[in-house]
Amino acid sequence: MTQPLTIAVIDYEGGNLASCARACARAAELAGIAASVVITNVASEVRAADRIVLPGQGAFADCAQGLEATPGLKDAIMDSVAAGTPFLGICVGMQLMAERGLEHGVTPGFGWIGGEIAPMDVPGLRLPQMGWNELDLHQPEHPLLQGLGDAPHGYFVHSYALRDTPADTLVATTDYGGSVPAIVCKDNVAGTQFHVEKSQTVGLKILANFLRWEPRVSP
Amino acid sequence: MLKLRVIPCLDVKNGRVVKGVNFVSLRDAGDPVEQAAVYDAAGADELTFLDITASHENRDTIFDVVSRTAEKIFLPLTVGGGVRSTGDMRRLLLAGADKCAMNSAAVARPDLVNEAARKFGSQCVVVAVDARQTGPGKWEVFTQGGRAATGRDAIDWCREVAERGAGEILLTSMDRDGTRSGFDLDLLRAATGAVRLPIVASGGVGALEHFVDGAQAGATGLLAASVFHFGQFTVAQVKTALADAGLPVRPSPPPF
Repeated sequence: MTQPLTIAVIDYEGGNLASCARACARAAELAGIAASVVITNVASEVRAADRIVLPGQGAFADCAQGLEATPGLKDAIMDSVAAGTPFLGICVGMQLMAERGLEHGVTPGFGWIGGEIAPMDVPGLRLPQMGWNELDLHQPEHPLLQGLGDAPHGYFVHSYALRDTPADTLVATTDYGGSVPAIVCKDNVAGTQFHVEKSQTVGLKILANFLRWEPRVSP
Repeated sequence: MLKLRVIPCLDVKNGRVVKGVNFVSLRDAGDPVEQAAVYDAAGADELTFLDITASHENRDTIFDVVSRTAEKIFLPLTVGGGVRSTGDMRRLLLAGADKCAMNSAAVARPDLVNEAARKFGSQCVVVAVDARQTGPGKWEVFTQGGRAATGRDAIDWCREVAERGAGEILLTSMDRDGTRSGFDLDLLRAATGAVRLPIVASGGVGALEHFVDGAQAGATGLLAASVFHFGQFTVAQVKTALADAGLPVRPSPPPF
């Protein structure tokens, strides 16, 4: 019998951890994948996990600081990702994948994808962008986008967004006063600006795709 | 394009839905989790639980309701009523709420808004503003379910909570609530003109065109309780009415 897939949802006191963990478990169940989900800030559990999910809510700087607050946690994430473990960042968790964030001062991110997190400049529109917005799929063949149906929508809540990221990193965008990165991916790391755990079947599909994902890591 | 949000609100008392139509499919019309599942399947864009439990002893029932709902339903969930502290918020968020709405406690101690935004992020801080008209173009904030006048100007209060870090305002017209005569559009226009935050309109819906009116007055979320509970119309009918008026709505996603 094969071992269940272990999914580590990173706990750094930020974000709706319970919702993320439940959505991962439900996605696995719907997809027929045997999985065990742990909410953890323990480095050894992160290192042992087959998938890492990093939620995030609030400010970039606070989330970055929260990760540093538990000794060894950030190193465990960085090492696992370097070793090829598939990683999914959600909302601020996705933003942390960039080179730096400009919210509450300049804070370095993981630097896995190009670009920075800057305040959205959307004259005439409300901020935060709050609600369902349509995903414009740039790479429809991407493994994370399979089975989403026509006109998939994600639930967004954010006032900051990724900018200046290379085009080949952009898997999907959305339109809010211009093109806004919605799903990014490079090698074995992916991120969604919207809340997959709150995006009904569209989100659960993406999570299930992430659990099945066997990314090719470029040399 | 960002879509308008159609938000059914469930009034919950001692863990049970207070009003509620007995949908054919429901085993127990009083179970908020079953009601929430019906709205989820019907294409609701978010759900709001308003906890109107009066006694302190029964407060814990809402955590159980939120937790059981969040296990089944992967939609944004706002919980309001009785949120007094960041401790209350943390318990609700851990149970599975995505946003917490505060009203009386924020008016009593406005710094609570700042503290909540700092601790959990603005995205989960909703300030519920219950407003009653006091004169032409003037509204006053009420608390304690509309019983207590505060002397605060509602539009000034909207501006203040925006500055303090709220992520959204749930604006209820006490004059219209329960009347089915439509949202207070003057109030909505004044508030949406004063702050950049998203505003959810609440109080007074009785006809499909009222949703259209609310959206055209600047609300990006449209909340209603009794018209849904009593089966007067479905979420799908509301979305069709909005779409027919040329307003953006989200199509229902496919089954998994």
